[in-house]
Amino acid sequence: MINLTINGIDTQVHEGTTILEAAKFLGLPIPTLCHMEGLSPYGACRLCVVEIGEAPRSKLVSSCTYPATEGLKVRTATSRVLKARKMVIELLLATCPQSKIIQDLASEHHVRQQRFKQEHEDCILCGLCTRICEEQMMAKAIGFRGRGGNRSIGTPFDVESEECRRCGGCMYVCPVCQLRCTFNEPEKAICNGCINLAAPCVEKDQFDDLMCYMDPCVACEIEKD
Amino acid sequence: MENLRSIEDFRRLQAILLENTDSGIPTIIINAGTCGQASGANEIIRTAKSKILGKRLVDKVKLRITGCHGFCQMEPSILIEPGRTFYPNVKPKDVERILDAVLYDEVVEDLLYVDPSSGDRIEKQEDIPFFNKQARILLGLNEKVDPIRIYNYIENGGYSSLCRILENKHPWWVIEQVKISGLRGRGGAGFPTGIKWELLAKQQNGEGKYIVCNADEGDPGAYMDRSVLEGSPHSIIEGMIIGGYASGATDGVIYIRNEYPLAIKHLIIALNQARTLGLLGENILGSNFNFDIQIVKGAGAFVCGEETALMKSVEGKMGEPRQRPPFPIEKGIYGKPTVINNVETWANIPVIIDHGADEYAKTGTDGNSGTKIFSLVGKIKNTGLVEVPMGMTINEIVFDIGGGPVGKAKIKAVQTGGPSGGCIPADLFDLPIDYDSLAKVGSIMGSGGMIVMDDNTCMVDVAKYFMNFLKDESCGKCFTCRKGTQRMHEILDDISRGIGTLDQLDLLEELALAVKDTTMCGLGQTASNPVLSTLKYFRDEYIEHIENKRCPAGVCEELIQYYINEECTACGLCRKACPEDAITGEKKVRHVIDTAKCIKCGACKSVCKFDAVETR
Repeated sequence: MINLTINGIDTQVHEGTTILEAAKFLGLPIPTLCHMEGLSPYGACRLCVVEIGEAPRSKLVSSCTYPATEGLKVRTATSRVLKARKMVIELLLATCPQSKIIQDLASEHHVRQQRFKQEHEDCILCGLCTRICEEQMMAKAIGFRGRGGNRSIGTPFDVESEECRRCGGCMYVCPVCQLRCTFNEPEKAICNGCINLAAPCVEKDQFDDLMCYMDPCVACEIEKD
Repeated sequence: MENLRSIEDFRRLQAILLENTDSGIPTIIINAGTCGQASGANEIIRTAKSKILGKRLVDKVKLRITGCHGFCQMEPSILIEPGRTFYPNVKPKDVERILDAVLYDEVVEDLLYVDPSSGDRIEKQEDIPFFNKQARILLGLNEKVDPIRIYNYIENGGYSSLCRILENKHPWWVIEQVKISGLRGRGGAGFPTGIKWELLAKQQNGEGKYIVCNADEGDPGAYMDRSVLEGSPHSIIEGMIIGGYASGATDGVIYIRNEYPLAIKHLIIALNQARTLGLLGENILGSNFNFDIQIVKGAGAFVCGEETALMKSVEGKMGEPRQRPPFPIEKGIYGKPTVINNVETWANIPVIIDHGADEYAKTGTDGNSGTKIFSLVGKIKNTGLVEVPMGMTINEIVFDIGGGPVGKAKIKAVQTGGPSGGCIPADLFDLPIDYDSLAKVGSIMGSGGMIVMDDNTCMVDVAKYFMNFLKDESCGKCFTCRKGTQRMHEILDDISRGIGTLDQLDLLEELALAVKDTTMCGLGQTASNPVLSTLKYFRDEYIEHIENKRCPAGVCEELIQYYINEECTACGLCRKACPEDAITGEKKVRHVIDTAKCIKCGACKSVCKFDAVETR
């Protein structure tokens, strides 16, 4: 067993437990976005940062990936943590303002405005879809490619994947594309996930009533260039 | 090449080699690293070879092709041994004269190096200001060794450190020596190498351990590692074998970027030679110690220099950092304990064993021992690689070795540590260069890039340049690093175009601090440094851009206008150079730039011989 202190509360956890799991066990709220039970921790959204160590050498780490270590001192809601979290949310809002989840996060954390140039992107690259595809559906049909600003999610060579079983799991877990797709009206665009992922709706006849979470879907009506 | 089965075999070979080195014969040394070849060293080598063969001088003159010696600006250069005469910027037609002079033990006066400050001609390399303040422990070997000849390396004491420890030293003795030497990781973070090795040696793991040489040098303007790899690949190989012996590792990996073809070529040759000689592979020199090295080529992602990303890349996965802990020392490549050290760190190991740890620790300052190679580039007279003892002040490097500013400009800052580092203003130039003092002023040692900036450099533009680099080179995993660098670049772009606001400046600072705090790996945690350090020391330049829509350095395109002053002699060069026909003027009449047509490409300024084209 490993002993650690979270917000002054001494606690014992099994080896391999993450800070996030330990904090949840104690009932301490830590917001997350790219974390989902049953999927391996990834640490992409940086929303779950907590402060570890003691000043002046304390630092912020993502609680979903950082393992509990003996004697660790964790604080989940210091002013430094809250400030960083607000900035993360502000950046998220500036990127994907349409997402209900992100809107809720903003409201919960009293982020009332974002000061960057507004973008309307359809993906925050949290990696939930790639992980559910690989770890739960055993398909590995989609993955990351590129780096920096060119990073995106898709199938190899952007051709329809033979591994994809059209389970729709990727869309189910996506935090930004849960609303209906309105690609035909770009200013209202929510997701475009269907186009990026070669989703079930591409073959509408087959999968019309099966799995698509974006029903009614218009992806097939979009002219591909 | 015979296979050496025992340490006695090696000593015998070494004795034979030393016997045959006849130091009486003069040697012409031509440095042909990538930098040398780019400036025409291959042509010099060809000429020299044909002259030596044509004049039947094979017995009278030796020719040695080596890696870079450091003074890249003066390449292609020739160094003569034993006189140590230095000829800079040699042209193929000069080779014959130099060759004749060497034969008669003379010096070609008019080809010698001219000291730009005094105008004197300097004969010996050691007397040139660029060289005489350096402590060339590693780079000095580049002069002596032909990188593709292992015998050459052995002649110069190579592999004798390895021999010594294999003969009668316990692995713990080696680790102890490295600890005593005080060597700290040269990749930038400065973690004590001895402690790292000790941790690896303590890892009880029956399935093997890895040691890695990180040669994924990606900082813009830095190329120390490339030169060391090209110039003396065997010193890295020897260092790694010693490291393997000390820590109990049996597998070595050199992770090198594919953009270094010459270094890869030399490494492959060196590894093959070492294997043939029995210095690498199974049962090295009959000591029952097995160690082999493989080369893994990186595809040029900057982030793969980060150790966890590097390990993933070695495994064939996407180069993406992961959470530490578990540290590589516990769970590295394929889950096995791994130690990753920089090229320069490995090159220091044979030196430590050879010279003795105590002796090594005497160079540099307390807690920062040894030398460090910097690539001194930018707005400075002498550019190239400089190897200096730790603790030397920036002033000494920039003004004594570097020769100070070019022309009438004034040096205003030095950028150290590449995109992860920061800018150090001129009034802090008496700062000693070591890991701790650089970190204190908001920069980092980094792998050793040193870019000098003068008053023609706009700090907003510098920050924008590095942010542009980082937004493309961030792996993109951490949302705050990917978006943060993009947004910082966006704001900097606004400021450089004169449409930034003071609110945006505050937001930039807030964002920079958040990115520093919330990212996972070293790239993200240091990505804000270019912004934070320029904001700290050069905030007035930012304000000037925002409030007065003016770029004081005359760099930011949108905020400047080109004009021609009274120095104009109406030579017409600028008129011909202008791609937009924006310059008009008759003979003997001062030319005029039509600002409506001008696309601010700067072609006129670069061709003008009279400094008549200016910006405002």
